[in-house]
This record gives sequence, C-alpha cells and structure tokens, in this order.
Amino acid sequence: MTKSTIEGRRKAPFVVPDRHEIRTDPTRACVILSLVADALLAAGLRKTYRATVALDGVDLRVGAGELVGLLGPNGAGKSTLTKIACGLVRPTAGKVTVLGHPAGSTAARARTGYLAELFRFPGWASADEVLELHQRLARSGGGAEERTELLALVGLAEAARRRVEAMSKGMQQRLGIAQALVGAPSLVLLDEPTSALDPAGRRTVRELLEGLRGRGVAVLLNSHLLSEVELVCDRVVIVDGGRTIAEGAPHELAAAGGVEIETAAGLKRFPDAGREQVPTLVARLVGHGEEIYGVRVVTGTLEDAYLRLVGKDAR
Amino acid sequence: MLRDLTTIGGYALREAVRRKVLVVVVVLTICFLALYGFGSYHAFQEITRGGGGDGLGAALEEEVLTGSTLLGLAMFVTLFLGTVLAVFVTLNAVRGDAERGLLQPLVVRPVGRSTLLLARFLAAAAVCIAYVQIVYWGAVLLTDATGGYRPGNAFAGALALAAAVTIIVAIALLGTTLLSSTANGIAIFMVFGAGLAAGLIGQIGAALNSSTLEQISAIATWALPFEALYQDGLHALTADIDGVTGVIVQLGPFGGAQEAGPLLYPFAVAYLLGAGLLADRTFRRADL
Ligand SMILES: Nc1ncnc2c1ncn2[C@@H]1O[C@H](COP(=O)(O)OP(=O)(O)OP(=O)(O)O)[C@@H](O)[C@H]1O
Ligand SMILES: [Mg+2]
Repeated sequence: MTKSTIEGRRKAPFVVPDRHEIRTDPTRACVILSLVADALLAAGLRKTYRATVALDGVDLRVGAGELVGLLGPNGAGKSTLTKIACGLVRPTAGKVTVLGHPAGSTAARARTGYLAELFRFPGWASADEVLELHQRLARSGGGAEERTELLALVGLAEAARRRVEAMSKGMQQRLGIAQALVGAPSLVLLDEPTSALDPAGRRTVRELLEGLRGRGVAVLLNSHLLSEVELVCDRVVIVDGGRTIAEGAPHELAAAGGVEIETAAGLKRFPDAGREQVPTLVARLVGHGEEIYGVRVVTGTLEDAYLRLVGKDAR
Repeated sequence: MLRDLTTIGGYALREAVRRKVLVVVVVLTICFLALYGFGSYHAFQEITRGGGGDGLGAALEEEVLTGSTLLGLAMFVTLFLGTVLAVFVTLNAVRGDAERGLLQPLVVRPVGRSTLLLARFLAAAAVCIAYVQIVYWGAVLLTDATGGYRPGNAFAGALALAAAVTIIVAIALLGTTLLSSTANGIAIFMVFGAGLAAGLIGQIGAALNSSTLEQISAIATWALPFEALYQDGLHALTADIDGVTGVIVQLGPFGGAQEAGPLLYPFAVAYLLGAGLLADRTFRRADL
C-alpha cells in the first residue's frame, strides 16, 4: 500500500480499510489500521429513548489527529452521540467505531479520554488522588510525573492536594479535563468542557486543544461557544434534531456573506458574491457610470452560519 | 481483572473511611456491645439471685434459657445492623452514582462494567461480613463472660450471619441497578421486613400447629433466603438444648426457628449467583 492511497483513504469519508487487505497481510493490519482508521466514525447512528428520538441517523467522522467541533441546539443529540462513542449509551441502530474498534469495546475505551457534560468526582478525594485512580484504571504508567504535568496543563498545579469538595466548579471542570487526558488517549471526547470556565480558563483550554492537535490526538469538542469553536477547530459538524445538517471547516461555513458596494445611488448588496468578484463588480458599476464610495466584503461569523442553518436566525 | 478489582474495591473502602462511615459504625457498635454486656450481666445476676426451685423450676436450667434468649436477641440485632450497613454502603453504587455523574468517568475506562460491579459487591460484602462477625462474636464472648453460657454451635450462627448479610448485599446491589438511592433504600428495608414477617408467621404457625402458615412462611423465607439462613443459624444455637428448658426455649421468641436442611447453603449460593447475574445484566445494558 503506497502512501498516496493511505492519504486517499484518510481523506475519503466513511471508508474503513478493506477486510480482505488486512486478512491477506495480517502482520501489517495493525499498522495500516492505526494509520488509516479514523479516530471516530459514526454511520447512520440512531438512538431512541422510548418515544424520544435523540439521534436520527447521524453520520460523523473525526479523522486521526483532527479537532472537530460538534454544534447544535439544546437537545440536538450531541451528548448522546458522545456517550455512544465512549460506550456509556447503546445505540438503537447504526455503526460506530473508535480507532477501528467498535465503540464501547475495551480496546476502544482504552484509547479514549472523556469528559462528561455532567460529571462529579468524589468530594473526599484530592485532585491528585482522582488522577491516580484514573491512571490505574486507564493502565497509565505515567506516575506522579504525568499527574503533575496534567494538573499544570489545566492550571491546577497549586491544587494537587486540594479535595474536590473544596474546589470551585471551574476548578472541578479543569480537573475533569486533566482526567480526560490521563494515559495519553488517541481520541478525546469533551462535552462542553469550558461551560464553567473563566475567560483565562477558556484560553488555557484552547491552547491545550492546540497542543493536543500538535501531538496528533483527535478531539471531538462539544460546545455552544461558537467563537471558541471557530478559533480552534479544523472542522465543524452541526447536528439538529438528531441529524447532521452541515459540516465543513469553520471558514467554509462562515463565509459567503456577500459584497456591499456604496454608490452615489445608495448601498448595493451582492449577497452571493465573494472577494474574487469585487474587481468585476466594481468595473461593471463604473462602466454603468456609477460613482463608488466604498466596497466591503461581508464575512459572516460561524454564529451567523449556525443560526441560519438551524433556522433560528435571531435577526 | 484482579488489579481492577482491588483498585475499585480499595477505592470504595477508602470512601467509607474518609466519609467517616467506619468511625460511626465502630462507635455505635461499641455502644451496642456495652449495652448488651450490661444487660446480659444483670440478666444473669437476676437468675442467680432468684435461686433454683423445685419441680419444673428445678428441671429448668435458667442460665441456658437466659443465655440462649440473649444470644437470639444478639443475632437478630446483628443481622439488622448488618442490613443497615449493607444498604448504606451500596445505596448509590449504580443508579445513584450514575445520576450524580460519579459513575460515568469510571465506566468509560477500560474496566468492564461486570468488574466494577463485582468489585463493589466484594468490598461491601467484606465490610458487612467483618462487621457482623465482630458484633456476633462480641455478643457470644460477653454472654460467656457474664453468665458462663456458651451456645451449642456458635460457628453455625456466625456462618449463617455472614451468608445472610452477603445475600442482603447482593439484593441491595441488584436494587441499585434498578432504582435510585432513596427508592432502593426503602425497597431493601421493606424486603428485610418481609423476611422478618415470614419468619414470625412460621413461628406462629409452629405454635398453632398450622401447616398452612408454616408453608407460607417456608416459601417466603426461601424466596428471601437471608431469613432462612438466619433462622437456620438461630436453630443451630439452641438445637442441643433438651428437656424442659429445650421446650421452653422453643416457645420463646428466638427459639422456634426453623432448621432448613442441607439444601439451604447450595440454594443460597445459587440465589447469590442469580441476583449477581441479573444485576450484571441490568448494569451492562443500562444507558448511563
Ligand atoms: N436518558 C434519557 N432518557 C430520555 N431521553 C433522553 C435521555 N438522554 C437524552 N434524552 C433526549 O435525547 C435528546 C438529545 O439529548 P442530548 O443530551 O444528546 O442533547 P444535547 O445536544 O447534548 O443538548 P444540550 O446542548 O442541551 O446538552 C433530547 O431530546 C433529550 O431529551
Ligand atoms: Mg449535551
């Protein structure tokens, strides 16, 4: 298998390596899998809770080392999707694999870090003890060094001995993020990790996420803070009503705000035009004898795109 | 697997220590044993002061009657306290912890849910068994020290209590996979009360010679085998008392206990496995 085909596979959505290839060359199966397998791959995922349809055939892919933002209104199914990926919830239908293993399997869980939306650590335990427990369970050999490093990473270096019950909500959330990174997972699932954090904490997490990307760790970030997602994510997936309604790079989704040209006769809007068309538009207007006073390329934000897509445009 | 068991079991035990559960239990147990010793001492004092009589009084060995009644009471209280402990150490183990978000960070680790449940079971059972043994043997020693009375088969009583409390831990854990904290606590105490009632119905049945009552009781105590185990242990304590004393003990509140026969322990093991498998199945299928 050449490098180009590997690249090709990585780019192609929803392609799992051919079973036949692996069977004929079992020695390379693991190498191929780890190179090719997406960190998270969900296809046609459905989950119903009695009468409630939480997921209605979601497709999602998080490539190896990719940082993907999962957006959607309250009740869209984001947390459900995340819980299925880490084996907390069983899907009603559809297929999910994590790093090539069925979601929820021991092999998948061994390489996944997860921060739940609503979580708690025992109040009697100290930050260090919480991480130590998770190191044991995650079979991490990182020891005290890893714990110190992780606590420093989330800005809790001074609080290693502090008991959870004596921590503020934001501090507990920081500890939760540190916990999700125990044992150097290859996929990290973060469900609203910054909801309780102060602005400095949010920046810390942003830098941390960038650091993870630098180390090739895939991240699925579930968040309502669109500006943050826009800053840090490679790709964004928007779900609504249990379905994927849009996906792409933040700038792709956010773009296409159109062009506005100020003329003597007033403001003229070209909503479908982009930056490239500005010279042509200006030339045409000047050709028609218009006087131009200003040109503005309207770049939308991810928030505008999001509100447009989920049909709850506030304007 | 063994490593995970010790990690999670140790963690549950550490929680009990840090949460001061153990301190409270130890202090109150000392209080109970002190009270028991005091009561036992005075009970034996009373009968020696009363002296022996003639006729029926002479045939009645009062130390035996007093001692066996006191130990019967101790056994009842021990099982009750063991049940309280079992309920509280397992109260939140599954649903309660899941609702509070404590369980999810553990469950997503590469530790099987079965291992997690088994570890919680072993830790709770170890604590409860140790507890009932300490209280029970404390009472046996105090009865001997204060009145010189030793039961016929003290070990059978100890074994029965250990087995009964293990069954209660299993039922309580099964309960936590189905119900949230408060509901589960209430349910387990009601189940315990039902077992108790079944035992009493059996005794009344025996006294009235009503085979219907005895049958109802037998079915109910086997359905809740901690009661059958308790009765069997109680029976073993007094089975060797003969003569008039034996008859009177049988009529007393702790004497009419039913012997369950050789199938009881195999049945208890099967029951434990059944409850365990059901709890495991429920937990493994649960959306958390
Ligand atoms: N345990 C459950 N029982 C019943 N319904 C549930 C359960 N969990 C989630 N749901 C339903 O599934 C749907 C999706 O919920 P989910 O928590 O995944 O949404 P979300 O996108 O994470 O929302 P939010 O942004 O508010 O966190 C909702 O309609 C919710 O009511
Ligand atoms: Mg959510």
